[in-house]
Amino acid sequence: MADPVFIAVAVLTVGSAIIALETKELIYGAIALAICMMGIAGFFLLLDAPFVAMFQIAVYVGAVAVLIIFTVMLVNTQGLFTSKEDRKRKAAGITLMLIMIASLGTLLIVSGLNQHQAGFDLPPIDIKALGQQMLTYYAPVLVILGLTLAGSIIAALALARREEVEQQPNERTD
Amino acid sequence: MSELIDFLIVAVVLVAIGVYGLVVKRNAIRMLFSIEIIANAANLTLVAFSRGIPNAQGQVFALFSIAIAAAEVAVGLGLIIVAYRLYKEVDVAEYKSLKG
Repeated sequence: MADPVFIAVAVLTVGSAIIALETKELIYGAIALAICMMGIAGFFLLLDAPFVAMFQIAVYVGAVAVLIIFTVMLVNTQGLFTSKEDRKRKAAGITLMLIMIASLGTLLIVSGLNQHQAGFDLPPIDIKALGQQMLTYYAPVLVILGLTLAGSIIAALALARREEVEQQPNERTD
Repeated sequence: MSELIDFLIVAVVLVAIGVYGLVVKRNAIRMLFSIEIIANAANLTLVAFSRGIPNAQGQVFALFSIAIAAAEVAVGLGLIIVAYRLYKEVDVAEYKSLKG
């Protein structure tokens, strides 16, 4: 049986994920999404992966959530409220969600994963092994990942740039 | 002590919530939230299996996946801002033409 810490983190994560999608105001949804990401980081800590948990908090709670909150602030107030939601489509969505949970959950329980004693009592992965893997076997991937990040940041800047500013008459004399 | 299957069931529930949000919501920013929730459920599955085997590669993949998700959010929010400037609206039902 699962321990109480796990149940608390699970309720926090799933509950704040639902709140992120269902609350009326988008900014509360962004904050709930940040709390959901913190819950996922808590799961990583329960899985003895402190480095991934730290990375998750730094990237998701530190960068992504703040970015989303700034975008929500840029969008004006009438866009912040979810208007006109089709009741029929919502019912269909909830049905789809329940069918997914039931079918995939049954598949997981029937699959015999709970009989097979997984290696949770084996010693956890050393953080040194992680660093060694990332800097030897996965070193090219790391370089390409850095280039991808740089490219996407430049692309985001180019997308969000205002072009009207350049077209205004330039009053400087140079 | 919690086991592998508990984490997997939480991941399944998160994926289902994300799919519900993608199907029902018409707000572009909220659809981005749903994508983030699904990506996080995938990361949780990777790390859970990495602990269950145990093998370091799952954690390495989770780290790469988190970094890629950050890049994806940056570009997605840039696209939302451009679409908002064009249409004055974040409702994806209003984005009707591909005209620039």
